[in-house]
Amino acid sequence: MTPLAPMPFPDTSFALTLVLLLIAPMAIAGLALVNVGLGRSRSAAQSLLGTLVVLSTAVIAFVLVGWAMASGSGRDIAFHLAGKSWDLVGAGRLLGMGVADASAREQLVLLFEVLSVALAAMIPWGSGADRLRLRAGAAIAAVFGVVVFPLAAHWTWSGWLAQLGTNFSIGNGFVDVGGAGAIHLLGGSAALAVIWIAGPRKGKFPREGLSTAMPGHNVVYVLFGSLLALVGWLAWNMAGALLWLNAVPLKLVVVAINTVLAATAALVATFLVTRFRFGKPDASLCASGWLAGLVTSSACSAVVSPIAALFVGLVAGIFTPLLVELFELVLSIDDPSGAVSIHGAAGLWGLIAAGVFSSQSGQFVAQLIGVSMLLGLMLPLIYGIFWLMDRVIAFRVDADGERLGMDLHELGGNAYPEFVVHRDESYR
Amino acid sequence: MKYAGLLAMPAGFFLTIAAIVLFPGAAQRAGFVLCGLAVEAMGLAVAVRGHMQLRSENR
Repeated sequence: MTPLAPMPFPDTSFALTLVLLLIAPMAIAGLALVNVGLGRSRSAAQSLLGTLVVLSTAVIAFVLVGWAMASGSGRDIAFHLAGKSWDLVGAGRLLGMGVADASAREQLVLLFEVLSVALAAMIPWGSGADRLRLRAGAAIAAVFGVVVFPLAAHWTWSGWLAQLGTNFSIGNGFVDVGGAGAIHLLGGSAALAVIWIAGPRKGKFPREGLSTAMPGHNVVYVLFGSLLALVGWLAWNMAGALLWLNAVPLKLVVVAINTVLAATAALVATFLVTRFRFGKPDASLCASGWLAGLVTSSACSAVVSPIAALFVGLVAGIFTPLLVELFELVLSIDDPSGAVSIHGAAGLWGLIAAGVFSSQSGQFVAQLIGVSMLLGLMLPLIYGIFWLMDRVIAFRVDADGERLGMDLHELGGNAYPEFVVHRDESYR
Repeated sequence: MKYAGLLAMPAGFFLTIAAIVLFPGAAQRAGFVLCGLAVEAMGLAVAVRGHMQLRSENR
């Protein structure tokens, strides 16, 4: 399958894409459960309510402002360099005006991007678990909806990156059907920025000795969330193939098979790695491996063969648990949800692998250029914006609030009021 | 140190853009793009190192 210029959307494709996009939010629900399960019990309600707040803020901000920049209409703002047009940003209408009159395909693209911005914005929220305040999460989501995601989405799916093939004969241009870059790598970068700015949870890295283990409070949530995410991911990748590659419905079965293969191969690999490393398989790390496999499928599922998808997932399953350990023990990165490894690193690997295993010559370079933009431009931009925001709205809760737990401090009540509150690791 | 690393990363990105514009040949272009990514990787490494230093000072 190769990307083509947008063409009239057949009725069957429209109906199929719409149905798939109605199933895709299962991925968001699954990730929300994973984030809650990986956090501590005294912050569970704040984590799940925060997910709803973050989603709502990101979606509203995107539809009111971001969509105008993200849309790939004929009124885009471009500049000319080296005799070529560089499509920089959309110039659509603000406040969601014109959506009702847009073509069927444009409306589906809006729905796809609304779901994408919601998923991207909740990734850093998971990494800031147990110390990030609700209003900080909402502010981060607003920035995602207004500036960061619209730029990345426009460049990836209709702007200068997508046009690298037609303008510079570099493969088929940057290909990212399921949002491994515009959603996951972007979200992983934002997660890293949040972790750096908010700092680690109290007591995570004591003055002496190794870091303190703070395991998730409900591994059943984590594992069930991972299963739920698979359903959403299947729909997400197939909808992406229909929208961005103009795939015919008959080709979608391979996309689904590749998605499942990437996830399962990653799970098997993580299971074996953790079994070898710790003597027994680690359930939460296995879930991380499974999700990392799904993230790689976002980039690869529509453009590589099943055996390549399996290999890509396998590699993700091997490096994900090792990276989680490296980030925590060596690099002092306190990432409760593992988002930097799962979404950042696996997204990066998926995008590169999509170039390596593509049959199109030059695709590898196109993928590298896309990665270069997401990493080299977006990470510093996100960090800079978040750093400034932190001066105005402190990201991190105060020490007393962290000791009490985010549920009591921010919501005034616990998620599990009948449970005994566990001892505080910060008094070590 | 962290900020120096983060500032170096866009330099890598602009190197990549320069590769697209300046080199029509596939091999040269790929080489230059890889150089750009290497600069970004170095910038990220410096930023991570800076973060680790700050953490050890704050402990």
